[in-house]
Parts: sequence; structure tokens; C-alpha cells
Amino acid sequence: MNTIYNLLETILPFSWIEYNFMKNALLAVVIITPLFGILGTMIVNNRMAFFSDALGHSALTGIALGAIMGIADTNFSMTAYAIIFAVLLNYIKNKKTLSTDTLISVFSSFSMALGLVILSRGGNFSKYSSLLLGDILSINPMEIRLLCIILIVTLIYWFVGFNKLHSVAINTSLAKSKKININLVEASFCILIAVIVMLSIKWVGILIINALLTLPAAAGRNIASNMREYHLFSLLISVFSGITGLILSFYLGTATGPTVVIIAALIFFITLIIGTVKSK
Amino acid sequence: MLWTFNQDIKRNKVHESSGNFACGQHCLKIRDISVKADEEFIIDKINLHIHCGKLTVIIGRNGAGKTTLIKAILGEVKHSGRIEFTDLKSNAVEDLKIGYVPQNFHIEKNTPVSVYDLFAGYISRTPVFLKKSKKLYDFIKERLSIFDAQDLIDKRACDLSGGELQRVLLAIAITPMPNLLLLDEPVSGIDKNGMELFYNNIQKIKENFDLAIIMVSHDFEFVKKYADHVVLLDKTIFKEGTFEEVSGCEDFLKVFGRVE
Repeated sequence: MNTIYNLLETILPFSWIEYNFMKNALLAVVIITPLFGILGTMIVNNRMAFFSDALGHSALTGIALGAIMGIADTNFSMTAYAIIFAVLLNYIKNKKTLSTDTLISVFSSFSMALGLVILSRGGNFSKYSSLLLGDILSINPMEIRLLCIILIVTLIYWFVGFNKLHSVAINTSLAKSKKININLVEASFCILIAVIVMLSIKWVGILIINALLTLPAAAGRNIASNMREYHLFSLLISVFSGITGLILSFYLGTATGPTVVIIAALIFFITLIIGTVKSK
Repeated sequence: MLWTFNQDIKRNKVHESSGNFACGQHCLKIRDISVKADEEFIIDKINLHIHCGKLTVIIGRNGAGKTTLIKAILGEVKHSGRIEFTDLKSNAVEDLKIGYVPQNFHIEKNTPVSVYDLFAGYISRTPVFLKKSKKLYDFIKERLSIFDAQDLIDKRACDLSGGELQRVLLAIAITPMPNLLLLDEPVSGIDKNGMELFYNNIQKIKENFDLAIIMVSHDFEFVKKYADHVVLLDKTIFKEGTFEEVSGCEDFLKVFGRVE
């Protein structure tokens, strides 16, 4: 880790980089933002924004259940709960008895309320309130390594399964005729999102994780005309808003997550205007 | 257009040793296919016998189960019964490859998916977010040119007209060449000229490639002109045969009236 710290100090001659927590935060941002940028492309194309939002909210329940069962590592209980939640949601969605929006809304409210009830028992919810906004400045090197592993897993998934995921997102019947296993593709993508959301939520925050997942991709979509541009724009916008947001929040003394969201949202509006002008 | 089409046939001859023209030696048997929803049969014991090189058209009133039958053959809805595909030359049971053009193919506005991306996603393992492969690009262009759609390759799929999208989907459906092509009423949102072109394309596929076609249609003018076999479906098969035979039967007249 020290070599990386030294390297950062050499290539970035700014005063904020002298703090170790800023170095850690910067590293985390450099890992999380490309991850979210890439993942967001298919969340947006698949119209799964609601889904990832619901997953974020279910984090509280995962922690609560972990606390009840006495599991020390909340990462574990959160991820386990989120995977079950994601698979179940995906299964019920495919039954098509209710509209997906309604269904997800019911699920996530119930799950969140359950988590809040358990955690607020005895009046000590304030212990968990940092989860709402997340705190990227408190990340430690061990956790950065974990994020690194997630990034690698996602990249492997993306390289192996992207075309199938893309085909399923466009039209399930056509994908089926091309012998693509739709259930496997959908379930694995849901699980991937569940794991990523859970393992990054402490740093990003329940309230804003979905904005970070969807805004860069939505902005990229405004100006991209094919998949290559879409990925490139989404990735660049995500990384750019992440790094600028981090630095700005340092100087302004604001919470990092929301600052990043504001920048990403501004970029979204700019691309929206560019896209509208271009298509005329 | 015809030229490129012929070109394709020539190329195919080299690539596919089985030849392109329907050999009439592949046989597809649909046996006792039933689909049930909530204890009620949507389609009940459908038996069909289809040979390559033949265009079978399924007709029937709305809600007769036409789309369900297509989806059952496709394996998208749970069904009982089975589908057998045999090569009569060797009597071997083969793996059935299906090409499909969906009834509703809607791509949301502003979706950053070009025709190349759409096509490549089905036939290539290299993720489409990476750099385009020249070889694949040329191959896709060649396949699109069968239906005179080669110029659409760089357009966004969501910007295509109904007819353009149709031609792209046809090219996708026959790449790689299937044994059976399923077309589910694929003419919504297309004007008369577009329909004419579409039917010509179907005719061309039938005449030049070794596959069977099952199509759902409401356009009797087309059915009369092109169909080899007509199936009147309403939960089960009421009547099958040539268009003249089917259109003369009582059940047909009850639903559609007299068709000249």
C-alpha cells in the first residue's frame, strides 16, 4: 500500500493528497466509479433502476438480520440477504402476476421497514445512520482490496456474458430462439448487482447508491449511438464525477457522495441538451 | 438486390455443404403440443407435420392461441408434447435450430444499440462494447445485404422504420441458418410497399434456403398467393390444407366470412 501512497503523492502534487484518508478515498473512487459506470449501462438498458434501488434499501434489513443472528461481519449477512432478495424478486417478476414497479416497491418498502424496526429497537438507530449517506473517507486498505476483487469479478463477467446480457435486454423471445438461457443470465446479473451494491454501500450510502449507478449511464445514453460509445461515455462520466466530487467535497467540507451525485446530475443535463441538439 | 442475393447463395454453397435449396428431406413433427394456463387449455393437442422448403401459415381469430403455439415451439412457454426433427436421409434425430422474428419488437427510444451491436450480440462471443471487428462487420453487412439492409448497419436500431427493422430481424433470424423459421405476424407497423417487400423476401428465403417456415398471418391475399399449407387454429386445429380447402370450410366462414 505504501508504494501506492508514494506514487500518488508523486503524481498528484496537491495538498489534499497528503492525507492518507484522502489517498484511500481516491483509490476507492477510482475502483468504484468505473465499476458503477460499466454496470450502470445494463441497469439502465434493462430498466432495472428500480431494482437496484430496492436492493440498496434492503441493506438495512441484511444488517438487522445479521445483528439478530449475532453474525459479526455485517458484509456477510447483508450480501446473503441481498442475494436471496434479488433472486426472489427476479423469480416473482418473471411470474408476471403484478407489474414490476408495484412489486419492487412493495418488496423494498417492506424490507426496509423491517430493517428499520429491528435496528431502531431500544432507540439506537443513530449507530447506523452513517449508512444512509455512506462515508468514503473512512475506507481502509483492506476494504479497498475487496473492492478491487469485485471490480475484477465484474470485468470477467462482462467479458464472458455481456453479449448474452445485451441480447436478453433487447428481447427475451429473440434471445430464447438463439438458445440463450434467459433465467441464468437474468439471475446472475441480479446477483452481481446485489453483491456489488452490498459491498460498496458503506462507502457510497443507501440514499445515493442508485444515483451513482444510473446517472453516468443515463448521461452516456443521451449522446451515445452504439455500445462502444455508451460504455466509454458512461465510464468517463462516472470516473470524472467521482474524482471531482471527492476533491470538491474536501474543499467545501460537504459529504462526498451527494457532491458526486450533483456533478453527475449536472453532466446528465448537459448531455441531455447536447443529445437533443444533435438529433435535430 | 437480386445480385447480392445470388452472391450470397453462391457463397453459401461453398460454406454449407448441405446445399441451399430445400432438399425436402428434413422433417419436423410437432406431436400433441398442449399449453395449459390456470387449468384451461390455450392450445390443445396440436399435431403438425412440416417439411423443409414449405411455408406453413397459421390463421385464426384473435386469442386462438397462434402466438402461444409459436412460443411453445420456441420453448418459451411450458408445454406438453414434443417436437421431433429428423433428417430423412439418415433417419437421424437432429438438434432443431430455430430462427424467430417476434411479433412485437420494440426498442426504446434513444437506446444506444446500433444494428451492428444488435446483430453481433447474437452471433459473436466478443463483447460488443469492445472495438468492432472488421471481419465480423463485413460478415454482418453481407448477411444484411440478403434483404438489402446493408446500409443500416451503423444506424441505431431504435431509429429504424418498421420495415427496416423487419429486414434486419429477418437477417438475424437466418444467421446462422436455422432449420425452422418462425414468423409471428411480423407485419405490424409496415405500409403496403413494405409488406410486399417482406413477402417477397419470405418467398426468397423459401426458394433459396434449406428450411421450413411457420408463419402467423392475417393477410389472406398473401396467404393465398404464397402459402403451401394453411392451418386454421382455434385452440386446436380445425382444418388444414391448401388455402382453398381451408377458406371453404364452415369454421373459416364463421370467423372470417367469404374471402375471394
